[in-house]
Amino acid sequence: MAAQLYPGHHPAAAQRQAPADPDGPSLPMLRVRGRSVMALVIAPEPPFANWFAALDQQMRRSAGFFADRPVVVDLGAVFESVGRDAIPVALDGIEERGLRVIGAEGVGPSVLAGTRWSRLPTSLHGRDVAQAPEADPPAAASVPSLLVDRPVRSGQSVVFEDGDITVVGAVASGAEVIAGGSIHVYGALRGRALAGLRTGAGARIFCRRLEAELVGVDQLYRTAEHWGPDLHGRAVQVRCDRGALQISALD
Amino acid sequence: MCKVVVVTSGKGGVGKTTSSASLGAALAQEGHKVAVVDFDVGLRNLDLVMGAERRVVFDLVNVVQGDAKLPQALIRDKRVETLFLLPASQTRDKDALTEVGVGRVIDELRESFDWVICDSPAGIEKGATLAMRFAELAVVVTNPEVSSVRDSDRIIGMLDSKTRCAENGDRLEKQLLLTRYDPARAARGEMMKVEDVLEILAIPLLGIVAESPDVLTASNVGCPVTLHNPGSPAARAYREAARRLLGETITMDEPRERRGFMSRLFGRKAAA
Repeated sequence: MAAQLYPGHHPAAAQRQAPADPDGPSLPMLRVRGRSVMALVIAPEPPFANWFAALDQQMRRSAGFFADRPVVVDLGAVFESVGRDAIPVALDGIEERGLRVIGAEGVGPSVLAGTRWSRLPTSLHGRDVAQAPEADPPAAASVPSLLVDRPVRSGQSVVFEDGDITVVGAVASGAEVIAGGSIHVYGALRGRALAGLRTGAGARIFCRRLEAELVGVDQLYRTAEHWGPDLHGRAVQVRCDRGALQISALD
Repeated sequence: MCKVVVVTSGKGGVGKTTSSASLGAALAQEGHKVAVVDFDVGLRNLDLVMGAERRVVFDLVNVVQGDAKLPQALIRDKRVETLFLLPASQTRDKDALTEVGVGRVIDELRESFDWVICDSPAGIEKGATLAMRFAELAVVVTNPEVSSVRDSDRIIGMLDSKTRCAENGDRLEKQLLLTRYDPARAARGEMMKVEDVLEILAIPLLGIVAESPDVLTASNVGCPVTLHNPGSPAARAYREAARRLLGETITMDEPRERRGFMSRLFGRKAAA
């Protein structure tokens, strides 16, 4: 059983726009925050009777293990060995035990189609993290920064929630860098950069050349069309100043 | 010492197959023993471009699945005797390939060839990942336009994470082959300039092949351009790229507009 880290609400999806004029009265600013949650991944295996017995035993032994934890069900093994008919059975059984299923993996949406689980997400992005025994003391000092010593390519996502990210190289169009603290890009920033997931408004983004699709700090973001050609291609810093995102040239 | 090269791009239609055939032929013309492998199972084209479509009996899928032996499936080129083609199957799909099977075929090819050139299908799915899986060098084929450049950037990211070379902690060598470059359009600002593409992709340049009817003609008659029309600028570009792959240092000539004196005098104004 592995624990998995899922960025819950992706901050890049945050919509915060100035009220659109043609639509009449000014609407309140919509604020959407980024949040990562720890989900547990369980993988049912046939025969179900044995597997569910083991699950019941685990739940009896440590009652708090699954408490309030979102659960992702890895259905790959069930689908391969028993087939799609077994999948709703597995999911129903898990739900009956009070676990909160937020997603499935190992199968495509087509496998769930037609069942009452058809709306269950099957493409959650996340990575496995080591599930440390609970008795262990928390790690002494978290790593304060992450150094990425190569360009971040299109489609790649660098997420480091514990602190700052430094990229030596460019961040390509279609790539994203998401940091708990500040972001430093020694190259052209062409993709997305979102800073301050953990430190909030104190975080900043620095880049040698601003050609970004989107930059964001804390809960504020701007897309490329918000800053004019004056700043395009220049070395800039991005920071929060009294609730507004400021982008200013460094040279 | 054999080198396994993947010719890849992400985007379709940029010239992967043409470049695989031309680079393969050029390397073979230099005297090296070359196998060009078509990974585009279901949409095979390399056999046509190399003029071997009437000689296909067994294919990559047969060898991967153990239904045929490798020497039975390899087709020797009729023009250059050190050039071989391992065709793809047209009636199957990419799921017919397995990683273990492909690895076995590549290992077997390594034993008897100097160069194994894997012609990747477009996309980032199984066919493309299997084509790049065992390579130690990647030729990234890119057209000077934003969509192709961004797709190539995506592929470079995959080359750095999904190949066995990368998983072993080695950095896979990547080189850029810029194809369908139109100097006239680049000069007018309608196409990305060479330095802009290099700036974005940040990998060394292997060669620049100008857009040319010679390439299309060669593909249509089923003969790599380096064999069909060796004097053409495209053939020269591929030949020089192949020699750079072999470690030679050759200065890179950016293709220039080829105009007569009069059109150079008046053409600019007309275009402006």
